[in-house]
Amino acid sequence: MSYSKKVIDHYNNPRNMGSLDKADKEVGTGVVGAPECGDVMKLQLKISGGIIEDARFKTFGCGSAIASSSLATEWVKGKTLDEAFQIKNTEIVNELSLPPVKIHCSVLAEDAIKAAIADYKKKNDIA
Amino acid sequence: MLKLPIFMDYHSTTPVDPRVLEAMLPYFTQKFGNAASKNHSFGWEAEEAVNKAREQVAQLISCHPKEVVFTSGATESDNLALKGVASMYREKGNHIITAVTEHKAILDTAKRLEKEGFKVTYLPVKPDGLIDLELLKSSITDQTILISIMMANNEIGVIQPIAEIGQIAKERGILFHTDAAQAVGKIPVNVEAMGIDLMSFSGHKMYGPKGIGGLYVRRKNPRVRLLPMMDGGGHERGMRSGTLNVPMIVGLGEACEISGKEMIQEGLRLTQMRKKLQDHIMGELDEVYLNGHPENRLPQNLNMSFAYVEGESLLMGLKEIALSSGSACTTATLEPSYVLRALGVGSDLAHSSLRFGLGRFTTDEEIEYVGKKVVEAVNRLREMSPLYEMAKEGIDLKSVQWTEH
Ligand SMILES: Cc1ncc(COP(=O)(O)O)c(C=O)c1O
Ligand code: FES
Repeated sequence: MSYSKKVIDHYNNPRNMGSLDKADKEVGTGVVGAPECGDVMKLQLKISGGIIEDARFKTFGCGSAIASSSLATEWVKGKTLDEAFQIKNTEIVNELSLPPVKIHCSVLAEDAIKAAIADYKKKNDIA
Repeated sequence: MLKLPIFMDYHSTTPVDPRVLEAMLPYFTQKFGNAASKNHSFGWEAEEAVNKAREQVAQLISCHPKEVVFTSGATESDNLALKGVASMYREKGNHIITAVTEHKAILDTAKRLEKEGFKVTYLPVKPDGLIDLELLKSSITDQTILISIMMANNEIGVIQPIAEIGQIAKERGILFHTDAAQAVGKIPVNVEAMGIDLMSFSGHKMYGPKGIGGLYVRRKNPRVRLLPMMDGGGHERGMRSGTLNVPMIVGLGEACEISGKEMIQEGLRLTQMRKKLQDHIMGELDEVYLNGHPENRLPQNLNMSFAYVEGESLLMGLKEIALSSGSACTTATLEPSYVLRALGVGSDLAHSSLRFGLGRFTTDEEIEYVGKKVVEAVNRLREMSPLYEMAKEGIDLKSVQWTEH
């Protein structure tokens, strides 16, 4: 597999890698994927006044999965929940020039954003 | 001086040994005759070279030179053995026994034969990668015409109990084929002592050229007959027509001779190196698992799983080292290694595996460097792994409700 420059850059210099306190009411955590499938992504958002202030990821998966989640953390920061919800995996595919076999890695990143938002809403009783 | 990139993928292929190349060169331009030309010196010269190579091969595997059939490699030899025997002995029976961890050249050929009405038993393997001989015995029926079990596995390097299988086959009057592509030239092989009737091998796995290999076909006790796949000039006792590829055959012969002379020394040296690499990595990292039997394996092979990190991302972190992984992410089908799965290795650990293939030109410095880099890369990726974090928090990963996709 040959990787695009951007995938390699995210792999070598992951943005916002790490964890936030999942007990914090302002933190939404999304964990998607399964170890059996070879990919698990954890995305956390810290939300204040409806705006995503901070984001963190940890990913078990290929370089494209790591890059997709790293990129997602960059993109969601400063966005409202609705704006973040609109992020499409195809945008990630384009930005990182992912080949067809790696599209599911970007889908996982989109799912992780949605799961983290859902977790935040559930925690804070937002419908 | 350490030279990058490092090649540690010797199961995939090997470089041609310079001594092999040297032996081959004259046969491209000066001694270019057709070994089947009986009427002039060009032909005689070529034939003589082929005869010498046949003897070099025979010497390495302890057979008669006439029992060696040159082919394009182990894939063709596997096809010829299975299809050739199946068609020739169809009247006698329609059952073939093989194993789930075989190379695709065997498995896909067996599947083809199933479509043509043959019955195939795919033996499972034990967690160490070896077949269960009792299960082999009980799988034999009065319809069984062929047992095909590989000598050494290309992913995990485990060496099957070939002599025992040969004995069982002999007692039951069944032909025994072994795919020895990974074994010939690396460990001692004696077709007589091991009771082998047919055996596939390949030049490019033993420092010879690509595109050449052979099939050993027993001539007596019993005389094995094959229906050829290639009809034509009747070369190779009629089993494989086509003008002989003299330079490649010369290379294969030379590769066999060198391996025969150096195998024992080389095996000891590589076993030491492999042990050093394994100890280095396991000494510095926890939750590393060896795949395949710890001793019954090729000196050249180390296959390990690194819990909580995915193989392709690991390879990416080891970009100046040529290795391979059983991870699904490295394949087009997105299925993890079927060999590791057959050992009962969980999918998660199959995704986390690396195969180290050591070889003739591996150095101590390389072993040192690879060990160090692997430890670094695994540690870095574990920092990045949500699974590692969860495990450290004491969460049982098996109890988590994952979102399959
Ligand atoms: C066990 C085994 N069988 C068969 C083959 C195919 O050999 P060849 O490349 O000579 O066709 C290989 C090589 O990949 C192998 O490892
Ligand atoms: S995580 Fe397996 S291909 Fe990306």
